[in-house]
Amino acid sequence: MIFTLATAAAPAAIGRPTLLFAITVVAILITMSLALARSVLGPTVFDRILALNMFGTKTVLLIAVGGFLFNRPDFMDLALVYTLVNFAGTIAVLRFSRYGNLARDDARAQHEGAD
Amino acid sequence: MVLAIDIISWICLITGGFLCIVGGIGVLRFPEFYSRTHAASITDTMGAGLILTGLMCQALAPIAHHGLEVLQSEGTNPLLLFVKIGLIGVFILLSSPTSGHALVKAAYAMGLSAEPPKEGGQDGTS
Repeated sequence: MIFTLATAAAPAAIGRPTLLFAITVVAILITMSLALARSVLGPTVFDRILALNMFGTKTVLLIAVGGFLFNRPDFMDLALVYTLVNFAGTIAVLRFSRYGNLARDDARAQHEGAD
Repeated sequence: MVLAIDIISWICLITGGFLCIVGGIGVLRFPEFYSRTHAASITDTMGAGLILTGLMCQALAPIAHHGLEVLQSEGTNPLLLFVKIGLIGVFILLSSPTSGHALVKAAYAMGLSAEPPKEGGQDGTS
């Protein structure tokens, strides 16, 4: 019964505000497209990373609201994992754009970057 | 009770979606990087916070409708759903300022200027 789409789950046959979730999903999708436009346009690499971080946060919200929209509450686990992956991904991309690789020592990299 | 929960979650989700769109427009339209981080932080704090608050209210709606017996029945536990959405909110509130701080600090260390670009830039600002 978990895998049925947009039908009532076992105990709860109460009417859920599906229209509200649909409106929120549309708003989040508009925001994601705006962030994507910035990440394509963005003059510097930092604008792109900022838009990418924002896009990832909006993806988490989209998964969470979509879980309610399609009546599949187990989507929350995916959203939870995606939050952590998004944070690690942003830091990794940031470090990569700063130092050129992911595994070098900070002090050495800064020393070499200074000259 | 269910009506009150629905009203609260309507207000929270609509306001959150509106603030998300406002932040998205800000990220697209602001002239330079440091002000764009301000717009992005709006979507990460108020937008995500209000949307997740509205979802937490919706997660508790089966308890308000059926009473506490719904906790013993088959299917997803509403309290577990509530805690999961709260954890998502806590992780977003922890990780988003951290990555934003690292981003701005890296940009400042690279000497990115806070001056908006002159006309003829790629932003459409003039």
